[in-house]
Amino acid sequence: MAIVETKNIKKTYRQGKVNVPALCGVDLIVDKGEFVALAGPSGSGKTTLLNIIGGLDLPDSGSVMVDNNKFADMNQADLASLRLHKIGFVFQAFNLIPVLSAIENVEYVMLLQGVPQTERHDRAKAILDDVGLEDKYDRRPAELSGGQQQRVAVARAIVSGPAIVLADEPTANLDSKTGEGLLLMMKKMNKEKKVTFIFSTHDNMVMEYAGRLVTIRDGRIVNDETK
Amino acid sequence: MVAILAWRNIWRNPRRTIVILLAVIIGVWSMIFLGALMRGMETEMVRNSISTLTGSIQIHHREYRNDPVVENCMDGIDKLNQALSTSLDPGILWAKRVRVNAIASNARHTGGVTLVGIEPEKEAKISFIGKAMISGRYLTTEDKNKIIVGRAFLKKFNTKINNKLILMSQDTQKEIASKAFRIVGVFSAESEAVEKQFIFIPLLQAAKMLKMGDSISEVSIMLSRLDITGKKETLAAKRLTAAIADDTYRVETWQQLLPMMKAYLEMSGFFLYIWYFVVFVAMGFGIVNTSLMAIFERMREFGLMKALGMRPFQIIKGVVTETFFLLVIGILAGNILGFLSVAAISKNGIDLSALAAGAQMWGIPRKLYPEIWAQDVAVAGLVVLALGLLVSLYPAFKAARFTPTQAMRKN
Repeated sequence: MAIVETKNIKKTYRQGKVNVPALCGVDLIVDKGEFVALAGPSGSGKTTLLNIIGGLDLPDSGSVMVDNNKFADMNQADLASLRLHKIGFVFQAFNLIPVLSAIENVEYVMLLQGVPQTERHDRAKAILDDVGLEDKYDRRPAELSGGQQQRVAVARAIVSGPAIVLADEPTANLDSKTGEGLLLMMKKMNKEKKVTFIFSTHDNMVMEYAGRLVTIRDGRIVNDETK
Repeated sequence: MVAILAWRNIWRNPRRTIVILLAVIIGVWSMIFLGALMRGMETEMVRNSISTLTGSIQIHHREYRNDPVVENCMDGIDKLNQALSTSLDPGILWAKRVRVNAIASNARHTGGVTLVGIEPEKEAKISFIGKAMISGRYLTTEDKNKIIVGRAFLKKFNTKINNKLILMSQDTQKEIASKAFRIVGVFSAESEAVEKQFIFIPLLQAAKMLKMGDSISEVSIMLSRLDITGKKETLAAKRLTAAIADDTYRVETWQQLLPMMKAYLEMSGFFLYIWYFVVFVAMGFGIVNTSLMAIFERMREFGLMKALGMRPFQIIKGVVTETFFLLVIGILAGNILGFLSVAAISKNGIDLSALAAGAQMWGIPRKLYPEIWAQDVAVAGLVVLALGLLVSLYPAFKAARFTPTQAMRKN
């Protein structure tokens, strides 16, 4: 069952007086429970595709559908609501709100969703336990290592049971050992909780963990293989 | 959590927060402190004016104020006494007076004065004269041919205690009445003009000299407590008018008797609020500048929040909450500082005697005791809070306006 479906997505950015094509007709279908890596060199269009799937950016043409929600029919408020309830995000850096503790960062999304305080506290604790941060609830981001920060970001992304989690180069700022630990954890979440992950990377190790590898070059999908 | 987030955000850069807090504190303090000085001055000016023979309320013949001659005096004293006793609350004092223009002369000088015939004991309780004697003695009811004059008068007429002074005025028969008096005491007043203008003799002697019988020029009534808004006076005047029930008499409050003072008080209140606005404008620029700096520093964070699904109005709410905390802390601290500084100088007041010559012209007291009015504190707080929140909307809207991808590309 398709959880993400894009058809002929095109996106061009304007840099000064020059039009730079980022995506040139991308068709992609991702099924529920997949663990998909978008691979490709810098500037290939990975992040643009993730942003468009996540409703952070809109395509110039083409259609996007996430969990049966067609973006063409939605305004900015609807997209914000979709992001809040259906999509989890993990970014490369600056993932967490620096003045909130680990548990507060995880609770924050549930607060926006209107989850009652006790429930969100219990769920945040449980998910932090799952990602191995049971002793770091009250640490602020500055008191956590890069890997721990990314774990908190993953915990926040999956805590409210989203349809998909989009991760933009989640291991780019981590050393290989920490990056591998994060990937193992994401893979575990994918298997145990059936969370669909789509992440971008140009790290070969990360690609090895992917269940499906989609390679993008110059704004086009040039290879799509399921392992 | 919005409150927790806002509170922690304002302390992310303590130095910047303290700078803007200082701006708010100093602004609020200046509003309260200068407001208290202005109110203190107003109160003292009104108190001085009232105690300089005006009183809280006066009763005259209806023509007296237009033409203050001896013919426009009031008869029917028994009726007035009855009305005063029945309509005024206990503790309110009053005294009868004869007040006419006269000419004073001695061997060296001649000049126009206001001759005031007073009931010495009663007058001492309702006007400045009771506490104004600086040499010689005060009058008694039994005194005959005795007079008290002001310090400046003494100098102007180049005379001294025990010297004689001739008074001349028109009596009720339209004849010139003239009598010699001996100076027995000298008074001082806030204003030199008062010292030169008024001279006092016992009421009975004035009535006798001017052939007035039982008639008087005015009744001055002093309420037990000064109400600068004049509401109590107006109420008492209405009751008195109803009790007298005779349109030969006119009952007027100090606000009617001193229209210039009333106009000054209104203008002064207006200027105070203009001052509040000026202080706020300076403070408002600081608030906007600080908020903008804080927001541009955190633009990626706002992008992250929007990516997570935060709505623009929630971002606006967060930024405005931060400003709210800053303003509330600033207003509270500014109030405390304002109250403490006013308390510190209230005991001894501020000595303005160095400015006496200029100050007297405007009726400004020689000593200024600041006075905090609850309504001024409330208005200052509300102005800062309401306008502060209003100006913080600009940076808040700026933060909310960017799309998540735009915001996350910043920094």
